[in-house]
Formats: sequence, structure tokens, C-alpha cells
Amino acid sequence: MSDENGVVDEIVVEPVVPLPENEVLSGLIGKFDNVTWELSRGQDVVRVPNAHWSDFASAAKASGFEVCVDITAVDWLRQRPERFEVVANLLSMQHRLRLRMITTAPRDDPTVASLVPIWPGVNFAEREAYDMFGIIFEGHPDLTRILMPDEWEGHPLRKDFGVGSVPVQFKENHQVS
Amino acid sequence: MSDDTKSLETLDVWVAGTEEPQFSPTDEGAQEIGEDESEARLDEQFGRVVDDDYVFDDGTDDDQRMILNMGPQHPSTHGVLRLQIELEGEIIRRTKPIIGYLHTGMEKTAEQLTFSQGGTNVTRMDYLAPFHNELAHALAVERLLEIEVPPRAAAIRILLTELNRCSSHLVALATNGMDIGAISMMIYGFREREQILAFFEKTTGLRMNHNFIRPGGVAADLAPGWKDDVADILEELPKRLKQYDDLLEHNPIWLSRTQGVGVISAEEAVAYGITGPPLRAAGIDWDLRKTFPYSGIEQYEFDVPVRENGDVYDRYRIRVDEIHQSLRIVEQVMDSMPKGDYRVDDRKVTPPPRARIDESMEALIHHFKLFTEGFKVPAGETYVAVESPRGELGCYLVSDGQARPYRMHTRAPSFANLQALPIAMADSLMADTVATIASMDPVMGDVDR
Repeated sequence: MSDENGVVDEIVVEPVVPLPENEVLSGLIGKFDNVTWELSRGQDVVRVPNAHWSDFASAAKASGFEVCVDITAVDWLRQRPERFEVVANLLSMQHRLRLRMITTAPRDDPTVASLVPIWPGVNFAEREAYDMFGIIFEGHPDLTRILMPDEWEGHPLRKDFGVGSVPVQFKENHQVS
Repeated sequence: MSDDTKSLETLDVWVAGTEEPQFSPTDEGAQEIGEDESEARLDEQFGRVVDDDYVFDDGTDDDQRMILNMGPQHPSTHGVLRLQIELEGEIIRRTKPIIGYLHTGMEKTAEQLTFSQGGTNVTRMDYLAPFHNELAHALAVERLLEIEVPPRAAAIRILLTELNRCSSHLVALATNGMDIGAISMMIYGFREREQILAFFEKTTGLRMNHNFIRPGGVAADLAPGWKDDVADILEELPKRLKQYDDLLEHNPIWLSRTQGVGVISAEEAVAYGITGPPLRAAGIDWDLRKTFPYSGIEQYEFDVPVRENGDVYDRYRIRVDEIHQSLRIVEQVMDSMPKGDYRVDDRKVTPPPRARIDESMEALIHHFKLFTEGFKVPAGETYVAVESPRGELGCYLVSDGQARPYRMHTRAPSFANLQALPIAMADSLMADTVATIASMDPVMGDVDR
């Protein structure tokens, strides 16, 4: 944008949205404005806003990610503004691709949309994340504890759940049947 | 008379005619039959009401429907798996797996252990395939550290994991046979596994829970004479597999109890995230060793057995064929074992050689620091998956730059595969339950972690 005298009158800075080289991934991520892509140790990671979690998952399944192998969570207590991260590992068998989608959930309302309507196989994984971190998956058919006893108080994998010196909780409403 | 009664009182036993002694309540809850005999309370006590999210269909008469609680202590549930089975006569309508009886909080424990100690933790998850757990963990740490292990270390890892696949599948065959009634299969499978475990013991010092594959390589070099041991296994095992085929392949009882039983279709397998032999038995050619190769396994020739029916028989055949293929890999690894170091030449990760500790103060300090504080791993997160005998075994590792992982999560194949049990067992006969469970080959240590 220079005139005849070589004076630059205006510099237009295009916003750089990094997109992966892979066509499947760039086509998928290009559809969403507020989804950012990055490479983490050579692996494709997308950060999805909480509100678009389910939409992005549907679009990912439509573009070839048939399997969601795993859902888990990370507790960033006092380290990040949004306390919880929910991580889903997607797998595309037809394109031989992996994609990790990460969203955040706040401390006082750790709610994320459930992906069970999209991939039924994440049922147990979401129950485990609920059990261990207290993440509420909205729309899950049976969000109950899976590994800990039903009467357990607290969510063990949270960082403010101490290790050791925890009194053993026995079942209180033991029933003779 | 009065003397007799007195002596009985001091003995503190209840005798008819004397006063009933007072029992103190225990922590186990009220050990008595309640006085309330209302219909609802009786239903609860007779086990007609299940305290869960079970919803009854109103279509069938209540007399014909029964809830059967199987496990958690049942010999054919392979550990502490509990199933609530809703029966109509002899036919299973719904199943609900209930797990968690072996949960020991290993992911929480992992946050307290350094990266080099982590192997001792993860190896106890899937106790039938400990090397695969260690490999997934070590590969994840190495990816965060961005180091490559030397070729000999990678080859040793492949040798051990493929032998481990054989031993794990042998247990699967053995227990599958036992559950259906082929008791001799049980003894044969464990006998052949013993030979492989003896080799593991010679190499790592332990039969199980080895902690041998560590971040940066393996703990030690192979023992002298390892080639003879592996050659013995390679010679012996195919003969034994032939015997198993003679035993089972033409056995009409075995065939009728496995064929067409516990069917999982390809669509169901993909939708439910099922991996490993159940997925390949359903007709999907998917093996991480081919699609996302790790630790240099792409340089060896092997085939991925795939079958179509997705029943118990196909899952059993897949396991037998996979043992043959794993032995092929083991033979190639044995013939082409590279020379060189078995640990990465990175002093941040690898402790100094034993001889250096005796002569150098710095080496001693370094060794001490490495085993007390551990090495620091740059901040980041990664997910690494390997093909365990049960399917995709993944390790999701988050580091915040310290010597301990900020979060370690294991994607357990048995955990995901267990979701297929209700599908495989729906509308099948009660007697097929144990056959279906055994063919999914769940390891409860892997499920509950």
C-alpha cells in the first residue's frame, strides 16, 4: 500500500488465525470463529468456548471423528482464572487423525454440555469426570458416581481434596436385605 | 441350680432359658430384622427393589421379571465386577455393570510421585499387561521432555510388550475356557504363560509390576543368554497353540457356546469407543501399531487379524491369531536387536553409570538428586496411546514444570470396553453371561484404577 513516492500510508494488518495444514482439521476449525487451534508437542489441540462445546463436537463428528476415546478434566486451582479444564480426545479412523478439544469451566458452576448424545461411549468417562472433579455434564442420562461410593463427600481428584489423613467413610445407610 | 446358672453367666454364652445377653451394635449397621413389614420395606429387603436408576417397563408381569445381582465376588467376573441383570425367565433384558470396588486412587497417587517413580504406579493398573502401562507412561514423559530413546531401548520395549501381549492373551484364553467349562484350557494357558513370565523375571527381576520401561529407556540391559530363552518361547508356544486348536476348534460344545454369542456389531463398537480385539472381531481393521506406530514398531512385519461376526468365538480367534503375529514380531526383534546403549544419553534423565558413582563426587550427588528430587519436565500436556492387549491404552499427562505430574490420567481400555457388556448381553441367555464377560477380557485393576 505505498504510493509513487514509496511512502507507506497505511499498513493493513490482517488478523492471523493459525490453521492446521490438514484439510479436515482446517475445514472443521474454519467453521468456528471463536475456536483456537494450537500444536501441543506436535499434537492438534483446539480450545473451544464452553458455550460451543456441543456444537463443535457435532461438527467434529460430522467431519469424520467417529470415536471419542476419552473425556477427563484438569483442576487448575488458583492458577488459572477458570478453574477446570475439560479435555476430550477425539479419534478419526477414516482420516487417521487425533484431535484434542479443551474447554474451561468456572469454579462456582462447573457445567459443560454432555457429549453422550453424540458419542454414547463417553458415558462412563463423563461419569468418572463427575465423580472425580464434580464437573456437571448437562444432558447426561445417568450422572452418578462411578468409582467412589455413592455416599462419598467431595471429589477426590480436585486439588483441594487432601491426600492421606482422610477418615474412612463407611456406608451409612447400610441395608440388610 | 443356682450355681449352674452362675457358671453359665460367666461364660457369656446364651443358653435357652437364661436371660438373653445384650449385643452391642457394630459399625456394620443394624444387624437385625426390622419390625416394619410393610410391602415397600419387604420389597427392599427381598432385593426386589434395586436402589439405582433402574426403570421398570410396565409391560411385563412382575412375577416374570427378576433382578439378579452377580458379583462383586463371583469367580467368573474376573475380579470385582458387579452386574445387575434384569431377567425375564432365562433371558437377559438389561444389564448394568457396577464398578469401583477396586478403586485405589492411582491417578491421585500419581500426582505425588515424581516422573521416574510414576512407572511403579501405572504398572499396577493393568496387572496382566504391565509393560504396556509403563510404555504409555514413559512415552508420554518422553514426549513432554522431547527426547528420543536409542534404538536398542526401543527394540527392547517392543520385545517385552509383544511378549506381554502373548502372556496376557494366554490368560484371556485360559479364563475364557474355564468360564465355559473347558477346564484343561485353564491349566494349559497358565502353563505357557509361566514360561514367558520366567523370561520377564530373568530380565526385570519381577514376574509382574516390573517398572522396567522408564522414561529415557529401560532399567537394565537384557540378561545374558536372553536369545536362548526367547528362542525357546518361539519354538514352544506355536506347538502349544496348535494343541489349543486341536482341543477347541472341533469341540462341538465349545463352538456352540461361543459362536453367535455376545455379538457386538461394528457400528456399536465404534459408537461406544470399543478398541482392541472386540473391535477387530467386529470387522474393523484398526490397530494402533499400524495406524499410530510407536517405539519403532513400524519397521517390523506383521498382520492385523480381523474377523467379521463380532461374537465370542471371533474374539477368541483374534487373540490366538494375535499371539502368532506377536511371535512374528518377537522373532524379528530378536534377529535384528540393535547394539548400543539402552538408555538415552541425557544426564538430566538418566542416572550416571554405577562405576562413575564410586569415583566421582559429582556423579554421586547427581545420582542422589535424581532419585530424591527427580527431574523437572517442561510445562505442557500430551496424550500418548499404545495398543495394549485390551485396546487403546492412553496416558494423558499434564506437567506444570515441576518434578511431579500436575495431572496423570489413564485412558483404560477395559473401562471403555465394559460399556459394551449391556449391548452384547441384551436379549441373550443367562448362561452366556460368563462367556461374554470372559471374551471382553476386562481387568478390574485397569477399570477401577
